[in-house]
Formats: sequence, structure tokens, C-alpha cells
Amino acid sequence: MRVLAILIPAALGLGLMGLAAFFWSLRHGQFEDLDGAANRILIDDEDE
Amino acid sequence: MNVQARAQGPETAETVLAVPGMHCAGCMAKIERGLEGRPGIETCRVNLSARQVRIEHDPSLKPRDLVAELERIGYQAEPRKGAFARSDSAVKPLLGPLAVAAFAAMNVMLLSVSVWSGAQGSTRLMFHWISAAIAIPAIAYAGMPFFRSAWGALRKWHTNMDVPISLGVIIASLLSFYEVATGGKDAWFDSALMLLAFLLAGRVLDAMMRDRARNGVDALLNQAAQGAMVVGAGGDLGWVKADDLQPGMLMRVAAGERLAADGEILAGTSRFDQSLITGESAPVVAATGDKVLAGTLNLDAPIDVKVAAAGADTTLAEIARLMEAAAQDRSKYVRIADRAARLYAPLVHSLAALTFLGWMFAGAGWYHSLVIAVSVLIITCPCALGLAVPVAQVVASGALMRAGIMVKDGSALERLSRVDTVLLDKTGTLTLGRPVPDEAVLAGLPADAASVALALASHSRHPVSKALGNALAASGVKAAALADVAERPGEGVYASWEGKPVALRRPEGASGIAVTLEIAGQQAWLIPFADRLRPDTTQALARLANMGIEASIISGDHAESVAAVARETGLRASSEVSPREKQDIIASLQQQGHRVLMAGDGLNDGPALSRANSSIAPGSASDVGLQASDLVFMRDSLLAIPRAVRCARATMRVVKENFALAVAYNLCAVPLAIVGFVTPLIAALAMSASSLVVVANSLRLARSAR
Repeated sequence: MRVLAILIPAALGLGLMGLAAFFWSLRHGQFEDLDGAANRILIDDEDE
Repeated sequence: MNVQARAQGPETAETVLAVPGMHCAGCMAKIERGLEGRPGIETCRVNLSARQVRIEHDPSLKPRDLVAELERIGYQAEPRKGAFARSDSAVKPLLGPLAVAAFAAMNVMLLSVSVWSGAQGSTRLMFHWISAAIAIPAIAYAGMPFFRSAWGALRKWHTNMDVPISLGVIIASLLSFYEVATGGKDAWFDSALMLLAFLLAGRVLDAMMRDRARNGVDALLNQAAQGAMVVGAGGDLGWVKADDLQPGMLMRVAAGERLAADGEILAGTSRFDQSLITGESAPVVAATGDKVLAGTLNLDAPIDVKVAAAGADTTLAEIARLMEAAAQDRSKYVRIADRAARLYAPLVHSLAALTFLGWMFAGAGWYHSLVIAVSVLIITCPCALGLAVPVAQVVASGALMRAGIMVKDGSALERLSRVDTVLLDKTGTLTLGRPVPDEAVLAGLPADAASVALALASHSRHPVSKALGNALAASGVKAAALADVAERPGEGVYASWEGKPVALRRPEGASGIAVTLEIAGQQAWLIPFADRLRPDTTQALARLANMGIEASIISGDHAESVAAVARETGLRASSEVSPREKQDIIASLQQQGHRVLMAGDGLNDGPALSRANSSIAPGSASDVGLQASDLVFMRDSLLAIPRAVRCARATMRVVKENFALAVAYNLCAVPLAIVGFVTPLIAALAMSASSLVVVANSLRLARSAR
């Protein structure tokens, strides 16, 4: 059962990291323009 | 490219422009590359969802210059009103709670699974404590949207769907905490969190759909003039915003511009398109000394107008007052979910109370009776019921959006599904609301004449030229090469083609709208223009009749032109109806027990749109029309109206099925709970199963807008 002492904090920590990343992106405008983000990938970069 | 991160120096200004015409990656690239690197422009960034461009530029560049730049690239743009027009999204405040609820639900579920599969003693206790440590703060945060709304309803002695949800979640958490603290074997944290996550997901989807519709409509707004060129005392010209116009100022209004204020013509004669204000389809001639209204379109020649009224004294203000009163009436509508909750909440809560009393009588003891009563509350917690309406509406709104119909308001589909009468405005609603060149005449033009006409039309911003240009370009005509092009305001466009003088000009003495195409050495062509019925009008009206909806015309236009349309469509019509009378007609229909759908576009329809049970406007409508209506259709075809009604009816059918499913689930689960058989595992299974069934049933609406 000692393994639980490592596994549970590790599982929670990973989940929390994901949650923190989501909140970061929410605060930094990553969700401002979802349609635009979906379309930007289609824009060709011009080689100059 | 990252505009937001860039430090804004003192020498840059920021402008946000609305560009309704962009819709794909190609447009984004064209605009961003077309603007970047132009003199004075630092950076620009397109927001496609909002149909906006944010530009950082030299302060010496005015918004009008930027609009001109965009026009050069090929897009119509409008400066946004106010400094920053970032519309506040309904999704954002819900995303945080959803993320927290989903995260906590997954982690607690992980721990719960171990408990269900047989963890005992100190391991179980530890898992329960960890669950509690995750769940209690998560529930407190993620449940806020529900708690707040429930509290708001309770304070006014109402109940809504959020009351049973909040009660269920709070009681489940308290009981579970007591269980954990006393080392009991059941904790319900996973059920409470899963419930929140499901319901929040439903609401986020709903809000997303609403945001998207609102962005689409916002992009269409502000097309009326927001300012005017004002002639100063010394003859100097300057641009003045509509809000800053003062009575007595002298506006110079070019052909093709909309007036920014009511006024009196001091110099010049022109014709005015008043269709958005009064519904009148024929242009009105006004000369020196005549009064003209804000929002009308100057068709022919530049004029000087002395501003007579601005702000609250205009006809606009009167219409706004009528609308405000009507909108208050409509907000009294109680949504079906809340009506269901009014039945449901007292039933469930008295059932739980009876269960508690029953077990007490049977001698089960305080604690045991309470646990069973709470499990009744948890199992009846309206997970499926809470999803029944939003999910069906999300799917239906999505289907309608793909068909070019925006649903602006959450309860719009509910109200629309019950209409039995539709009143149609004529100009701009039954008809396209813009002059279209006569197709027979265009088809009779020789190829070279057509290409000269297109080339000439492309050199003018006059609405008639634009209509002609669009029609010719749409039929595949290529523009001829012209030399010495000159536009003479109020007369036409003159040029030379292969050495011969050619002209596209206004005809002498023609009634109605027309242009004359002249090519030296050939006969002159007269191209008449008329406002035509929308495509598929007959079919749309037939479909409405099939659905048992009675249609009639209600127009502010003159009797003759209304009668012509009435003959063509076979509908009853009333003409020369004022905005207030339109509202009164609807009110009297409502008193006879009819539910009225108003379809209209103009300012004069605003009061009627907000008085009717439900309302729909075309995308070409005035700002007031767009804002007052529940639905906005973007395509020309009038089939949008029967389509929207049919989709609304299908949605309500599915919503009722969903309620029936939720009730059936309760009929199975509640007896188990009352007898005391329900464990947290059964609650979790039952809750997710019923939610999935409701979602799956709602997905059938995906093709309802065909």
C-alpha cells in the first residue's frame, strides 16, 4: 500500500497541472477566437 | 503577430473595425497581409468569431482611412461604436467552473472506483478524506452559477431548475462529509461532482451557441451612418460623430450615404430611400426646404442638410420608447424548464420528506432515515431534466445556424414553436428591400454592352450601380477596359471605351428607379430596377399554410404598392400602418388568443417585433430590427421562416420526450431509493445513463433545419 503514497499525489499533480494550464490559456486570450484559430492553420505562409 | 503582448507606445493608436464580410481563412490572410506594411499601420489581427479586425496604427490615421484601406482590399468595414467593442461572452464565466468540476469529478471517481471495488478500513477512510479534500472546494467553486441563480429565484419566492439542483448537491456534500468524518462507508462526492460537470457542459454548449449567434448579428450592426461630414463656418470640412452632432450644424451628405440626424435640406435635390424607417419602397424626392430623417439613404446627389434634431427628440426616440414597454411584457415569459421545475421541485422535496417520516415510523432511527431520504434527493436530482432543454436547443440552434438562421435568444425556439399567426412586413422582408435590375433587360443586352455596363458600374458607389454591378458579375460578365472614367455626382458615370464615349447615367423623366446605358453609335438601353419578392416566397408561404400558420402582410408602405405584393402572394394585407398601429394589431390578435410571429426589418417594425410572441428579421434589417428580433436569417430565401418554425416545433417535441425520459428514469429509480437500495455506485450509473439517453435523443435534431 506504500505505493499509493506516491501514486495518488502523482495522479492529482498531473491533473492539477492540466487544470492550471487550462486556466492560464483562459486568462491569456487563447479562447478569444476559436473559429479564427481553426481557420488560421489553412493560411499558407508566404516564402519570401 | 501577437498584438496583445506588444507594448503600446505613446505613438500608436488602436482601432477595432467590424468586417461582416469575412468568413474564411482566405479572407483572414487577405486582410492581415493587405493591411500589414501599409504606411502608418503597425500590426493588425483578425478575430474571425467576432468578425473584427484590431489594428494598431499611427494616431494620424483616422478610422475612416482604415475603412478605405479595407475597401481597397475588397471588404466593407465599419468602425465599432465605443472605444472597445469586445462583447462580453457568456461562455467564459462558465469555462472555469466546468474545468474544475470535470477535473474533480474524474479524480474523485478514480478514488470512488477503488472504494466500490472493495477498499476497506484505513485505505477507504484515506480515500474518502482525499475525495472530500478535492470535492468540497471544487463543489463550492463549480456550483456557484447554480447556487447564485437558485438564490436569486428563492429570494423572489420563485423556484427554477437550479433550486433542486443546488439543494441536491449541497445536501449530498454535507451528508458525505458527515459520513467521512464519522468513518461511514458511503460518500456521494462523485455523484455531486458528476452532476455539476454534466450540467455545466450543457450550459457551456448553450452559451457557445448563443455567443456565436450574437457575434454574427453584432457584425451586421452599426451599418447606419455613425457620423457626418460637417461644413464649418469657414467652409472647412470635418468628420463629426453622430453623438456629437448639434442642431444647427450643416452636414454634407454624399450620394450613397445614410443621414446621421434629422434635418432640413439647405441646398440640393435628391431622392431618399426611406424603406428602413417607414417601410416605403419608392424613393422619396426631397428638395431645398424639405425635411429628411436620420437613417434614410441618400440615393442621387450630394446635399447640404441643417441638423434639426439629435438624440432624444427624433422619431427614433419615440420608437425606442414603444419598444421598451413591449420588451418588458415579453420578459414575463416563463421558460419550459422552469415551468417543469415548479412542478418537479415540490414533488421531489415532499417525496424525500415522506420517505424520512416513513422510515422514522418504521423505527429505523434518525440517522438511517436521513441517509435514505437524502439518497432519494440525490437520485432524483434532475441531471437529465437539467440537460433536457439546453442540449436540445444547442443541437437545434446549430442546425439552424448551418441553414443561415441565427437564434439570438434562449427561449426563442420555445416561443416560436407555438405561433399560429405570422405577420410579414413588406419592404425588406417579403421583398429583398433593395433594387434589383430587371433580368429580362439584362439578358437582352449584347455581350459588349454588358461588359461596358459592368465596368462603368464598378466605378460608382451609388447603390443602383452596385446592384447592377453585382447582378452582371453574378451572371459571369467580364468588365471591359475603359479610359477617362469620371463620376459626376447626381448624373452618372462617364468614360470612353474603344475611343467612343460611353455613359451609365440616370434617365430623364423616368418614374421609379432606372439607369440608362449609352454607347455612342448604338441605341441607348434603359435598365429598370425594382424591389422584387424574395426567392421561394410562394413555396415558403405554402409551407407556412401547411403548418397551420396564417400569414398576412402588415406594411407602412402606400396602398398601391402593398396591393401589388398582396395580389402576387395571395395574402391579406394592411397598408400605411404606423409603428404604434402595428403594435396594436399584434396586441389585439394576442387578446383573441393567437400567438404571433412578426417578421420585419425596419425601424418602424421595432415595436411590433418586440411586442410579438416571437420575431424574425432578415440580415439586411436595420440595427433596431436586428436587436429586437429573436432570430435573424442571413440568406435571401424566405424559406428561412417555415424552416425555423418547423425546427422550433421539432425541438419542443424532443424537449418533451426528454422530460418523459427523465420522468421514466425517476419512476424506476425513486422506488429503489425509497426502499433504501440505492448506493453511491447505483446513483452514479443511473445518473450518467439517463444523461446519455437525453443527449442521444437530442442529437436527432441535428438535421431538423432542412
